[in-house]
Amino acid sequence: MTKAKRKRLIYNLVTYALVIAAYIILQNMIGAKTISRSLKGLLVPICAWIIMAVSLNLVIGFSGELSLGHAGFMSIGAYTGAIISGWLLAAFDMQDPTLRLVLAIAGGGIVAGIFGVLIGIPVLRLRGDYLAIVTLAFGEIIRNLVNVLYVGTADGQLHFAFLNKKLPADVTMLVDGAKGAVKIKPISTFTVGFVLVMITLIVVLNLVNSRAGRAIQATRDNRIAAESMGVSVTKYKMMAFVTAAVLAGMAGALYGLNSSTVVPTQFTFNQSINVLVFVVLGGLGNVLGSVISATFLTVLPEVLREFADYRMLVYAVVLILVMIFTNNPLIRSVFGRAVAPVKGLFRGKKNSVSGGEA
Amino acid sequence: MIFLDHLINGLSLGSIYAIIALGYTMVYGIAKMLNFAHGDVIMIGAYIAFCGLQYWGIPPVLAILLAMVFCTLLGVTIEGFAYRPLRQATSLAVLITAIGMSYLLQNIALMIWGANPKSFPTTFINGSNIRIGQLNISSATLITIVANIVIMVTLTLFTSKAKLGKAMRCVSEDRGAAELMGINVNRTISLTFAIGSALAAVAGVLLCSSYPILQPTTGSMPGIKAFTAAVFGGIGSIPGAMLGGILLGVIEIFGKAYISTELGDAIVFAVLIIVLLVKPAGLLGKPMREKV
Repeated sequence: MTKAKRKRLIYNLVTYALVIAAYIILQNMIGAKTISRSLKGLLVPICAWIIMAVSLNLVIGFSGELSLGHAGFMSIGAYTGAIISGWLLAAFDMQDPTLRLVLAIAGGGIVAGIFGVLIGIPVLRLRGDYLAIVTLAFGEIIRNLVNVLYVGTADGQLHFAFLNKKLPADVTMLVDGAKGAVKIKPISTFTVGFVLVMITLIVVLNLVNSRAGRAIQATRDNRIAAESMGVSVTKYKMMAFVTAAVLAGMAGALYGLNSSTVVPTQFTFNQSINVLVFVVLGGLGNVLGSVISATFLTVLPEVLREFADYRMLVYAVVLILVMIFTNNPLIRSVFGRAVAPVKGLFRGKKNSVSGGEA
Repeated sequence: MIFLDHLINGLSLGSIYAIIALGYTMVYGIAKMLNFAHGDVIMIGAYIAFCGLQYWGIPPVLAILLAMVFCTLLGVTIEGFAYRPLRQATSLAVLITAIGMSYLLQNIALMIWGANPKSFPTTFINGSNIRIGQLNISSATLITIVANIVIMVTLTLFTSKAKLGKAMRCVSEDRGAAELMGINVNRTISLTFAIGSALAAVAGVLLCSSYPILQPTTGSMPGIKAFTAAVFGGIGSIPGAMLGGILLGVIEIFGKAYISTELGDAIVFAVLIIVLLVKPAGLLGKPMREKV
C-alpha cells in the first residue's frame, strides 16, 4: 500500500468513525433524555444539510464547477417526497412511516436526478462563470414553477395542475401553489437521516477515490490536459453533477418530511449560498470538513441567538476572507510560514519550514 | 394600445437593465470576472440617493451625483480589497469572493437601513406625463430611455476615442501585451470598476423611480437579470449590453402580460439558457477560441 493510499484510507475511516460515534452518542442522549428539545429538533435538518454540503462539495471541490442551484434540487426532492408520502398514505393506506419515508426519499432522489441529467446535458457544455449563472437561473426557474404547481390525490390517483387550480373537487390537496406542500405528516427520523448521511459519505468518498473520481479531478485541474489524455470531460462532469443532484434530492425529501409544510421560499438562492458557505468553510474538496462545518453552522445560530442576527454578515465575510487567504500567493506563503512550525510539531519532522507548502 | 403600453414599459425596464448590464459587461470584458456584487452596488446607490432626497433634502441632481460619487468610491474599494488580491486565482475563487461581497453589501445595508422596505420618493422625476394620441408615457420612462441612450453614446465614444478608453480595450484584449506596452493594468481595471459603479448608481435611481420599493435585496434580482442581458447581447460588448438589456426588458414585460405574471422570472432565465445553448457568444459577441 502506497503512502498516499494509506493516508486516504485513514482519512476515510476517520470520517466514518466520527459520524458513527456522533450518532451513537446522540442516540444514547435521546435514550437517556439528556438532550435539549431544540437540539433534538435539529438532528434531522443537520443530517440534511450535511448531505447537501457533501454533495455540493463533490461539484465544487472535486469537479471544480460552481453550482448555485443546489437548493433547486433540494426543493425538487422535498416536493417529490411530500407528494409520494401523501399519495401512498391516501391512496394505498400505507401506514408504516419508515417504509413511506424510504420510498419518498428514493423518489426524491430519482426525480432530482432526472432533472440533474436534463439540466446537466446543456449546462455542462458551458464553463466557469456561465455555469454558475445558469445553475442559478435554473434554481430560480424551479422556484417559480413550484409556485404555480397544484397537486392533489383522489381515488388513488394523482392529479396535477399548472398555473390554475383546475383539480377535481374531491381531491386531497398535496401541493397548493404558493402555499407549498401542505398537511405533510412529519415522518423523518434521525436514524434514517444518519443512514442517508452514511450512504452519502460512502458514495462520495468511494467515487472521488476511484478511477472516475481521479478523472473528475483531472478535468478540474486542467480541462485541456485531461481532454488530450482521453478523459471525456462532459461525461465525468456529468457524473459528479448528477450524483450531487440525486443526493440533494434525497436530502430534500428528508428535510421536507421533517415538518408539516414545505414552501417554495424555503429553497431560495440564499439557501444555495448557505450550503456554499458550509463547503467553503469546511474546505473545497474536504468531505470531513463539509460534515463538520455543516453541523457546526446549523447548530450555531440556534444556540447563539445573537449570532443568528448577524449570520449572513459573518458568512459573507467568511467567504471573502477564506478565498483571499487560500488563493493569494503572498498571503498564503506568509501564512504557510507561520503555521509550518506547528505542522512540523505534529508531524515530528526536523525540517519544518518546507511543510508550509503541503 | 395595450400592446404599445407594454412595449413602452418593456423599453423602460430594458433601458434600466441595459445600464446595469454595461457595468457587468465592462468588468467582465476587462477583469474577466463576474462581479456578483454589482447588483448590490445599485441598491447602495439607490439608498444614498434616497437619504439625500428624504432626509437631507438636497436637490435631486445633487442627490444623484452624491450617489454616483459614493458608488464610484465603493466600487474602487471593493476591487482593491477583495478582487485585486485574487488577480492570479482561479475564476471559482473570484466568483465565490464576489458572491461573498454581494452578501456583505446586502447585510451592511440591512444593518444601516433596516429590513422594512422604504418607498422611494418619485415626485421629483414624475413631472407631467406625455401624451401621444392615446399613448401615455410617464416622464420617468422617458428620462430612463433618454439616459440610456446618452450613456451608451458617451461610453462608445469614450472607448473608441479617449486614451483611457483605448487602454481599457487593450487590457480586455490581451492583458499581458497591454502591460508590456506600458499600460497600467491595475489602474485601468480600477477605472472600469469606477465607471461601472457610477453607472450602477444611476441605474439604482432610475430603477427605484419606476419601481419605488427600496430594500436591501432590491438590487440582486435586477442585477442577475442584467447579467443575463449582458450574456444575451454578448459579454464584453457595449452595444451588445444595450441590445440585450432592451430585448430582455421587452421579453419580461410581454411574458408577464401575455403568458403568466408568476412565471416572468422563469421566462427571462429560460431565455438565458436558450441563448447560451444556441449562441454562447451572445448576439453581438465574438466567439473566443482557447489557446493551448
